[in-house]
Amino acid sequence: MSKGLLQYLTATVLRMMALLIAVTMLSFFLVHNAPMDPVDAFLGEVTVSEEQRAQIAEHWGLNRSPVEQYLIWVNNTLHGDMGESLTFHEPVTKVLGERFRASLLLMGTAWILSGVLGMILGIIAGVYKDRWPDRIIKTFSLLLASTPVFWIGLLVLMVFAVELQWFPLGLAVPIGKVESDVTWLERLHHLVLPALTLSITGIANIVLHTRQKLIDVMESEYVLFARARGESLKELVLRHGLRNIALPAVTLQFASISELFGGSVLAERVFSYPGLGSTAVVAGMHADAPLLIGIALFSALFVFAGNLTANILYGVIDPQIREGGGIDG
Amino acid sequence: MANEKFLKVKSEGLNRRRKILLIIFSGVIILAGVCLWGIALDPSRYAPNYEARRLAPSLLHLFGTDNLGRDMFYRTVCGLSTSIQIGLLSALISSFIALALGSMSAVFGGKVDQMVSFMVDLCMGVPHLILLILISIAVGGGAAGVITGVAVTHWPNLTRVIRAEVMQVRSAQYVQIARKLGKSNWHIAAKHIVPHVFPQYLVGLILLFPHAILHEAAITFLGYGLPLDTPAVGVILAESMKHLATGMWWLAFFPGIALLLMTQLFDVVGDYLKILIDPHSARQ
Repeated sequence: MSKGLLQYLTATVLRMMALLIAVTMLSFFLVHNAPMDPVDAFLGEVTVSEEQRAQIAEHWGLNRSPVEQYLIWVNNTLHGDMGESLTFHEPVTKVLGERFRASLLLMGTAWILSGVLGMILGIIAGVYKDRWPDRIIKTFSLLLASTPVFWIGLLVLMVFAVELQWFPLGLAVPIGKVESDVTWLERLHHLVLPALTLSITGIANIVLHTRQKLIDVMESEYVLFARARGESLKELVLRHGLRNIALPAVTLQFASISELFGGSVLAERVFSYPGLGSTAVVAGMHADAPLLIGIALFSALFVFAGNLTANILYGVIDPQIREGGGIDG
Repeated sequence: MANEKFLKVKSEGLNRRRKILLIIFSGVIILAGVCLWGIALDPSRYAPNYEARRLAPSLLHLFGTDNLGRDMFYRTVCGLSTSIQIGLLSALISSFIALALGSMSAVFGGKVDQMVSFMVDLCMGVPHLILLILISIAVGGGAAGVITGVAVTHWPNLTRVIRAEVMQVRSAQYVQIARKLGKSNWHIAAKHIVPHVFPQYLVGLILLFPHAILHEAAITFLGYGLPLDTPAVGVILAESMKHLATGMWWLAFFPGIALLLMTQLFDVVGDYLKILIDPHSARQ
């Protein structure tokens, strides 16, 4: 690894650390500003005396200043304690861990699916530029780019779960089955529709990108020369096209993790899939401050990990970027 | 001679420029029409009617009726109108933020530029929906929550565009010359920078609408946006989820299509405006 790249990496990591701290401050500020009382949220239907309320508030440190509360939270978080979720009555770290595993399966499948499918469609469109396969694929992608995820989810549900009944209506496992009894096949059966929905929305980006890159490659002089040497279309695409397209496409996929996460919130909601996204929705409804902040931090971490990978890959692809790295990167 | 030729082309009717203008104009007319129709619509058109419950789409009820016998077509029109209004307001606020931050970071550079860049990264670092949920909770939900949320999350891209544009025009030779000629900063800003940046700003603003509208629908769909009794597309789609299993497909299908068409229309207007403004792409 060159010295330049190392420097670039250190700078990027430092910047991301600063951003993470800013994210926790921002989410803490937002949740703190909310017009709901955490004591009420905790108690729910239970009624208690004023004295007991005051005790709970003091136990949680609610009577201290927001800055003090934030510092306590930071201190505890650094020690691995992110507080207890008010909705699930479990430690936030445990809830995050469990839910994230389900989400990771969903997002990972969708991520790979959209990447592979997008590449294939993009290559087809690029090879048949301005002919009917290209027109269909391009129109389709442009349309998909502005279609709401949850609406696609609803359509998919109507067709495959209600009409054809090929797949279950929702959830990650069959209803009323103990976690340990669930087979992998059943999990997969429940995963298909949400993963499909989520992948459809991410596909447009990668298709259009791959298409454009392949067109650029195919119009280049080295491809013209390769054609003159008598290489077939298949050889051209595999040897010259794919090599030039693959890495930028993977980078693009890493950079789009934020959108994937946002989409998973909606997809999980439609399919009642118990992942991190639907947990965020529930946490918000129940004014579950510790869990909300935890999810915000976690999602930011996840997005930063994706962006960091993308940045490193950019550096690998194009040495020029290591030098600059400004706002319009 | 040249003038005559020009007139002849014009009299033949639609040249490229006019065609584009016509498309933009009709797009805007349709969108404004839907918006005004929704505002002027008599609420009794989509009031519950228990004698006409769960009807499939027909000529009388174009989009069918729901569980309470509400006409889905008029509800959708009203919902689209609400979406356009909220999209308009939040996109405008968002674009002002972008304009201010973008030009500030280009003009002052240095520390200010770094600050703005940091804010852009911060805003892009958290998935938008999570941020929208947090903001909606902080503001107390409802329309105010949606507008604030969408407004403060959608500025980063436009900020980058405006920053780049201002930087470009600032270092252009004619601006350098104007400066050497002793023109004041105000003169340069008003005569050179604003005319150059404004078209880009306008395109950016219009292309913001689809995002704003889709995010409004998404956050409402999740239950953090507009209250349940407003006829919003997000609310309609969230309700339709309960009736999917009973085969009332029209509840989700038509309002979704309508929303999709509307965002496409905004995209078309924005894209054609871009072609009109950018001489480079117009020559193609």
